[in-house]
Amino acid sequence: MKSLKTFARGGVHPDENKFSANAAIEALPLPKQLVIPLGQNLGAPPKALVKKGDIVKVGQLIAKGEAFISANLHSPASGKIAKIDDALDASGYRRQAIFIDVDDDIWEEHIDRSEDINRTISLSKEEIVARVKECGVVGLGGATFPTHVKLMIPGGKTAEYLVVNGVECEPYLTSDHRLMLEKGEEVLIGIKILMKALGVEKAIVGIENNKTDAIQHLKKLAENYNGIEIQALYVKYPQGGEKQLIKAVLNREVPSGKLPIEVGCVVSNVGTAFAVYEAVQKNKPLIDRVVTVTGKAVKKPSNFLVRIGTPVSDLLKAAEGLPENTGKIINGGPMMGKSVSSPDIPVVKGSSGILLLPREESKRPQPKPCIRCSKCTVVCPMGLEPYLLAKMSKLELYEKAEKDSIMDCMECGSCQFTCPSNLPLLDYLRLGKQRVGHLIRTRK
Amino acid sequence: MNDILLFTLLTLGLLGTVMAVILYFVAQKFKVIEDPKIDLVEDVLPKANCGGCGFPGCRNFAEVSVKAANETQSLEGLNCPVGGNAVMKAMAAILGLEVEEKEPMIAVIRCNGSKANSPAKVQYDGPASCAFAHNLFSGEGGCQFGCLGLGDCVASCDFDAIHMNPETGLPVVNDKCVACGACVKACPRGIIELRNKGKKDRRIFVSCINKEKGGPAKKNCSVACIGCSKCFQVCPYEAITMENNLAYIDFEKCKLCRKCVEVCPTDAIHELNFPLRKPKPEVADAPPKERPAKVVAEAAAPKADETSNETKPDNIA
Repeated sequence: MKSLKTFARGGVHPDENKFSANAAIEALPLPKQLVIPLGQNLGAPPKALVKKGDIVKVGQLIAKGEAFISANLHSPASGKIAKIDDALDASGYRRQAIFIDVDDDIWEEHIDRSEDINRTISLSKEEIVARVKECGVVGLGGATFPTHVKLMIPGGKTAEYLVVNGVECEPYLTSDHRLMLEKGEEVLIGIKILMKALGVEKAIVGIENNKTDAIQHLKKLAENYNGIEIQALYVKYPQGGEKQLIKAVLNREVPSGKLPIEVGCVVSNVGTAFAVYEAVQKNKPLIDRVVTVTGKAVKKPSNFLVRIGTPVSDLLKAAEGLPENTGKIINGGPMMGKSVSSPDIPVVKGSSGILLLPREESKRPQPKPCIRCSKCTVVCPMGLEPYLLAKMSKLELYEKAEKDSIMDCMECGSCQFTCPSNLPLLDYLRLGKQRVGHLIRTRK
Repeated sequence: MNDILLFTLLTLGLLGTVMAVILYFVAQKFKVIEDPKIDLVEDVLPKANCGGCGFPGCRNFAEVSVKAANETQSLEGLNCPVGGNAVMKAMAAILGLEVEEKEPMIAVIRCNGSKANSPAKVQYDGPASCAFAHNLFSGEGGCQFGCLGLGDCVASCDFDAIHMNPETGLPVVNDKCVACGACVKACPRGIIELRNKGKKDRRIFVSCINKEKGGPAKKNCSVACIGCSKCFQVCPYEAITMENNLAYIDFEKCKLCRKCVEVCPTDAIHELNFPLRKPKPEVADAPPKERPAKVVAEAAAPKADETSNETKPDNIA
């Protein structure tokens, strides 16, 4: 038996805890009010087009991304604009948001709401990119990078492969897994559309081997789609990082500080592929997404199809309530997610899951001195020396940290996960990255 | 035996002489010509090497000052906040220049979101550093502008002038403060401001930097500036400006009349080291102009030091 592919350097094996893997995607009813933060994508936030009192329909453009790296926002419900005001984001900071009072579910006429699968890709390359841009599709893996920008390959470079991320290496989360199982064909058509837009012949879908049902399902479907290969991967965190995924499926290494296109690859998430399918074939903008609500004490771990802007508290209610001893509500997975300061925050394009951690698990253990065991160096998937970079960041030796490639850190948290002394390595690295990034920007 | 001694002495003596001659010529050849004033100036500086002047250490400040004196004949823009006027005068005397007297400054904490005023809604258990916490969340009390209470300012202070008050969870500045500005840079929220020390240490300032509208600001903290503009309207000296729902008192224009303190509905404006107030009518009857701070100051002079502690608002020293 051939051993499964994976990335070469580092990685950890956290407990998988995929409680919601068998819970079918469930559409959540519309809440009374939606809060749509403007800055949901990486890059510049879009500019609001509506004003207080305007009546909007589902799918109507409500904010337009004008900068190069920006994404449009569409109304996820029909109703009246209540106000444009500041709303709490996940970390408790107030950011500008559009509040919509929902009264009905009236859709824009041009959106195809039928369930039929549309298999013929009639749009041309340029039309696809324009449609994806128009529909405000962003990378749904978590980074929320505007997809249309990714599809515009910089001059002089050519893409050879489209690498599709179905890894879902974060413990607990299952939204991509369910999507592949339930909307497999749509995902594959989405991949075909992306391939056409990029002008590539080959696409590889990387899926970790703990989702055997999804692998088999997609393998069967892919027989009808030329050029799409389904690749089972050995389970290891952080395989979902784009550089790790490329290394795993193609054994190519992206150079430090460069983008995947340097080695002829473009990486996209399966959720993004589905959103692209909906945008291109159904004319439906990105107004909803699959969110996992899970946790050890959650009564009903579920995967919900929710409209953007739905408060997280509604999701918790649908999962039969907040367990009593919840210590932290985490937006995202346990490795890279951030704990939120209030359950009233809205679901945004980048929310892949809501994780409830019991109190005893959510406490940070007391840090002890570094014992130079070098475990962090062994597990770092980018080949960095986290203990050293953390020290540099602590001592404000930012130039030295930059030289030692602190900017290559992708904040996967493997170092902190494995540290026997419970040192806050990732916190130091994040701070260092922020300061070094500031240094680099001011130098220009 | 004697021969050996003689030989040794002669060899070493000769070697020493030759080396000395070589060293002399080398020293002449590579002599660094330095203004002797630099050493003199450095001698009068406090040698705290705190960087409060904006230069890396006292020696560098002395070099820059002497250079500026030689080239532009003025010490404009150069100030040693630690040494204050005395040091600047001594320095100017060495350089044969004059300096303007600068009013002494002090660090002021512009947040009063204590544990009582802004009760914790969430709990932070990450590393005890404001820089981390600022990246992660808005603060235990929910105010995204307020003090995080983890003491980055305390760690940055070289003069033992700032400490955390465990009861309120806010930092407190004491008299040792020399206004070097290290805490101002260390605070990720920009709460600390260097302000005029004021006559008899009396200061009035808005102890809040919340730029939100009144509602949300007040929701998180009972003593937030809600941007009501009452102080702006009452100020006879145009010292108060309103921007982004926040009042700011310009300490250069403020005459310490304390009218703003009285009208503030949330007690966001603080007065420090003032004597106890006289009964209300007298203050209210004050003539509009010509009765600025000096009257108040004189009246209060005898007992200022004794009363200063009692009249301080609870959370600020």
